[in-house]
Amino acid sequence: MQEITGLFRIAKVLRDLLGQFIPDPQLVDICMSLINIGAIFTIISLTAVVLVYTERKISAFMQRRSGPNRVGPGGTLQSVADMIKLMAKEDIMPAGADKWMWVLAPMLLFIPAAAVFVVFPFDNKAIFADLNIGIFYFIAMSSQSVLPFLMAGWASNNKYSLVGGMRTVAQMLSYEVPMVLSILGIVMLSGSMRMSTIVAAQQHTWFILLQPIAFVVYVITATAEINRAPFDLVEGESEIVAGPFTEYTGMRWALFFLAEYANLFAVSAIATTLFLGGWNGPWLPGWIWFFLKVAGMIFLFMWFRWTFPRLRIDQLMSFGWKVLLPLAVLNIIVTGIGMYIYEFFS
Amino acid sequence: MLRTETFTLNMGPQHPSTHGVLQVILELDGETVVQAIPNMGYLHRGIEKLAESRTYAQFIPYTDRLDYVSSMGNNLGYCQTVEKMMGIKVPERAEYLRIIMTELNRIASHLIFMGSLAIDLGASTGMMFGFRSRERILDLFDMACGARQTYTYIRFGGVSADIPSEFIPELQRFLSDFPAMLDEYHRLLTGNEILYHRLKNTGVISGQRALEIGLTGPALRASGVDYDIRKVEPYGIYERFDFSVPLGQVGDCWDRYIVRMEEMKQSASIVAQALEQMPEGAVMATVPKVLKPPAGEVYHSIENPRGELGYYIVSDGGVNPYRLHVRRPSFINLQVLNEACQGLLIGDVVAVLATLDSLMGEVDC
Repeated sequence: MQEITGLFRIAKVLRDLLGQFIPDPQLVDICMSLINIGAIFTIISLTAVVLVYTERKISAFMQRRSGPNRVGPGGTLQSVADMIKLMAKEDIMPAGADKWMWVLAPMLLFIPAAAVFVVFPFDNKAIFADLNIGIFYFIAMSSQSVLPFLMAGWASNNKYSLVGGMRTVAQMLSYEVPMVLSILGIVMLSGSMRMSTIVAAQQHTWFILLQPIAFVVYVITATAEINRAPFDLVEGESEIVAGPFTEYTGMRWALFFLAEYANLFAVSAIATTLFLGGWNGPWLPGWIWFFLKVAGMIFLFMWFRWTFPRLRIDQLMSFGWKVLLPLAVLNIIVTGIGMYIYEFFS
Repeated sequence: MLRTETFTLNMGPQHPSTHGVLQVILELDGETVVQAIPNMGYLHRGIEKLAESRTYAQFIPYTDRLDYVSSMGNNLGYCQTVEKMMGIKVPERAEYLRIIMTELNRIASHLIFMGSLAIDLGASTGMMFGFRSRERILDLFDMACGARQTYTYIRFGGVSADIPSEFIPELQRFLSDFPAMLDEYHRLLTGNEILYHRLKNTGVISGQRALEIGLTGPALRASGVDYDIRKVEPYGIYERFDFSVPLGQVGDCWDRYIVRMEEMKQSASIVAQALEQMPEGAVMATVPKVLKPPAGEVYHSIENPRGELGYYIVSDGGVNPYRLHVRRPSFINLQVLNEACQGLLIGDVVAVLATLDSLMGEVDC
């Protein structure tokens, strides 16, 4: 008999409530699906907005500044003001740009960033889509983010953007491999790719204790995948101005920006699910634990960004291929041997 | 037949990390630099020509604006040149005040170097920290002469005004806080593996080549050449102070970085010694209102944070100089950019530019 707690209980209450007004159970299902979709969209939008503000405040406090503190109480409405400003900006397209590729790039970047939110286990039985290939879906969708960077870089008709675009492809593809291999260790331990099974397997021990190397590899490759410092030479700022994003203004640029923060939430959520026990935790409802753990991971990523300088492209590539990949493979070998020994003795 | 071409990338005058308005025309083979030619002149203001229609005293504010980050040093070089021409002797207290101000300015200038190096390589926290410490020094300067960046504090025959009573306690507070601040920067930047690998063995300039090109200042000392004008031809009262001159071995970006960090420590020690030894007295000698140096020429150079800053003045006996030329260290140091960047990647060009620490106001004059 499963416990009905947290978000699932809220969903059940809603379903019962709807059931009283709408006689047809199929219609209730459709309504619930719509509510679920709405909830996911809300989370996606709120994430980006909240994370922008959080990043600015955290970076400010690390640098002994105050960050936004004028717009709204404590500067909380700063993101709203920024969005309004970005929407009001003139939409300029560079001359000679490849129109359709240039226009599509930010949209194609935001879609995978948003689409991975459907496999996050926010609470017991509170996943939008509990696919049996859950984690594989995440990996597949996040790999789609590579092409839009190259599209933006090429279509902008700008040498800086092109250099940025090419760097992206090199970086993101190189760091996909160790990331997948580090996730493979978790899949081996839990025996399934389904997100809810992975979280359920961590009820007594979090996987970070069983797979510390995989955790380190995952954190490093995740930072590279979302193009944050120290791996942010894609948007090098001091070198190639803004890389593939250079020629975008207004809402198009906002989409890039939002995609970056949605990605940040996504990799933190995956780290939480795979290594930190997901929504498991005493006393508090599961979804509060989930958000607390995700917040911790996000803080860790932000801490990295504001401390470390940037790696050079050749250092980055050699680190990914010559250090992380062997480490991840070693981790799999050790995990396999460990599992065999464990089964042999029990 | 497969054929590759180099392409020209313009690291243009508007760029987040060319320190000011410098255009570097990069010819790239993929990401590797084949040629890196600096194109200067975007900040040229004709200062040397303007000198010919200004009296000697009127020109002092112009010297501030050359290397606007080390204005005290610029003032000092110019005033000492004219004092050399006229044979003016500066009172003791003024000499000590000059030393304190120029060494504090050296620390402030190197903090800017550290900050801009950090932010160019992506560690923007380093920049915030560096500028925060520099604020303490600028507050001191504000107390002494009312300005934060272009001081015109050092005048012919001494300094413009004595320091107020709050200056020395505030300076002592700064000197006692500074070692802890330096430690923090060393922990953040020097101890950082990523920074080390970005700077080590990048942009190597051998000692021999540095001498041939005419490099001076920390860039020269990083290449292993022990030449500091404060030790070799001491000006002012530098012989009375006990300080060491940090040297590098290889002449790469890392050495240039470490040399400047060490120099900050040495400058703080000089200021502390000067504070102890400073006597009471006048801060300005009696100098004629209208300066008419005898006809002739004179060259005098000082050790500015960026290198050897020299003033060459030709006088024809009138109130305006006949010709005034400034030997600008940033301008001459920048010539080495092309050969230092051969075979490096784009990211390294940024590092080399940051460690050469050229200031465009001085490069273009």
